[in-house]
Amino acid sequence: MAISNVVESRPQQALDAPSEGPLRELWKSLKRDRLAMTGIVVLFLLMIAALAGKALTEWTQILDPATVRLTDKFRPPMARAAAEDLPVASRPPLGRYWLGTDELGRDVLARMLQGSFVSLSIGFIAVGISIIIGITLGGVAGFYGDLKFGPVSVDGILMRFTDVMLCFPTFFLILTVVALLPPSIYNIMIVIGLTSWMGTARFVRSEFFSLKEQDFVVAAKALGLPERRIIFRHMMPNALAPVLVSASIGVASAILTESALSFLGFGVQPPYATWGNILSDGKDFIFDAPWLFFIPGLSILVVVLAFNLVGEGLREALDPRLRRGLR
Amino acid sequence: MLAFLTRSLAQRLLLLVIISILAHSVVHLAPGEPSQVDPSNPRMKPEDIARIRAAFHLDKPLHLQYAYWMRDLFTGELKSFKDSQPVLPKIWRRFLNSLPLFLCATLIVWSLSFPTGIQAALRRGSIFDRSTTFLAYALISIPGFFLSYLVILWIVDTFNVPVIGMRTFGMESAETSYRWMDRVWHLVTPSLMSAIGGIAVLSRYVRSQMLEVIGHDYVRTARAKGVVEDQVIYSHALRNALLPFITMFGLMLPGFIGGSVIFEQIFAWPGLGRLGYEAILARDFPVILTLNFIAAVLTLAGTLLSDILYSAADPRIRL
Repeated sequence: MAISNVVESRPQQALDAPSEGPLRELWKSLKRDRLAMTGIVVLFLLMIAALAGKALTEWTQILDPATVRLTDKFRPPMARAAAEDLPVASRPPLGRYWLGTDELGRDVLARMLQGSFVSLSIGFIAVGISIIIGITLGGVAGFYGDLKFGPVSVDGILMRFTDVMLCFPTFFLILTVVALLPPSIYNIMIVIGLTSWMGTARFVRSEFFSLKEQDFVVAAKALGLPERRIIFRHMMPNALAPVLVSASIGVASAILTESALSFLGFGVQPPYATWGNILSDGKDFIFDAPWLFFIPGLSILVVVLAFNLVGEGLREALDPRLRRGLR
Repeated sequence: MLAFLTRSLAQRLLLLVIISILAHSVVHLAPGEPSQVDPSNPRMKPEDIARIRAAFHLDKPLHLQYAYWMRDLFTGELKSFKDSQPVLPKIWRRFLNSLPLFLCATLIVWSLSFPTGIQAALRRGSIFDRSTTFLAYALISIPGFFLSYLVILWIVDTFNVPVIGMRTFGMESAETSYRWMDRVWHLVTPSLMSAIGGIAVLSRYVRSQMLEVIGHDYVRTARAKGVVEDQVIYSHALRNALLPFITMFGLMLPGFIGGSVIFEQIFAWPGLGRLGYEAILARDFPVILTLNFIAAVLTLAGTLLSDILYSAADPRIRL
């Protein structure tokens, strides 16, 4: 059905409107995928929570994640704060700890809100770095791959370099570098980004290889368009859609990697809260204060699942073979 | 074939050299030296630090250090910074510990994900398909240690057996059957935990591979000429769908080192991953570098193996 629709509407579109971009087509078929749409809704809510959380925890006193209340240690979720013992400035919102408190009496809700922004930005910046490297290397290898310097071609050099990077056991490499470098949240983002671009590079390269032979690119070349314009205006948008898939899944795995690093003690250091280090601190209190373990654990599960489902939905929407099988 | 082998061996050797140089410079250029592991110790005088640095060749320029490392590695003289034990036997002992864990996990992954994936592909869109899809995504989305802790607690509560470590301390005098059951519990639990990610990924891959093959013309032809459905699926479709998985055999090898850090740490399993983690904490450069080197060798050997296996299995591909 989808195929016949496209075929029928082509000639008309060609006449009166610019044809639908690949991204809009993608969105159309994505809308039919219920799991992926659920994922998108969850991610949308998460973005709001992260931005609101950043604002609330930075600028308001009642949601300050660093407020220590030693009289209110290990209060379960929904517990009422011991209001008379606390100074007004460190009372929680509406006088209750909605998600409980931890071993220092810090409000878990405030820490989770702060952590959502930090965790998400680790995911996004790491993936941003990996995608920029991946697209650049893959694009250069795909477009200028035939250029030769003596016996070796550009494509050969870049792809061998990609092979070299693929040979490192990724998590072990991340662990080594993060452990040796001074602990900082930026190092973690950069290291995760620098060790995860290989898939994107291979993707973009093969995409560019096939695009280079296609009629519209050949036509653009024949018209004498500058290379810059051919690459960025004609080829890049067509190669970009599959990158979205690996980006979405990449954010998911970056968040998981951060929590694994936190577990081993190399994660983001205090005073920053991330979901990963709330979880790994919480594991010590799994019997006394199970909410410290389950709240961040389940949140990570839901968010990573949402990213994965969106990525899978994109992949299915992009894969023409699967689309044909569907109907 | 011979030409292919020599060419790819030469290529891989070159890659290996580049990888080792890169790894060596990353580890050595990063701040933090083995001589600074204990900076607050008042007994460490500057001359002691200088002596340590000289003993480990840390005062030499980088390329000389690299040469020393390579020489010691290949003559088997390489010693750990931490305890002056020879590195290779140390790694070998840990490897023997990791091996059962790896084999058991691999067995679980392959024996569970193939039936699941094939069934999901055959009943595409059914409740089974949708629930396994969802389950697979849920399983790769859980932080590994979160799930492991829950499973450990559950097993200890329900079955009253300890699962941390390689065996229960003090069981040496128990009867053989009890000792064996103890070993099995200690082995299967961490294997299952480290297999979970693999099951989720591989079953999805099997599913999409099966779906692709089932859409091909020869499957339709087989059905049209009246071949029994089971035979169509298992001897026409599955055999072709299996081809890409041969390459996965080779690509699994490096998972030995990188994939096991977390789970060996959780289950206190004295394997390779944990050795690497301890070496990183102690700035034990020879162990870190050698483990990395072995991982690279395994990866390169794995890709070569998968190329060869692929050409052996698929007559259309000639090397």
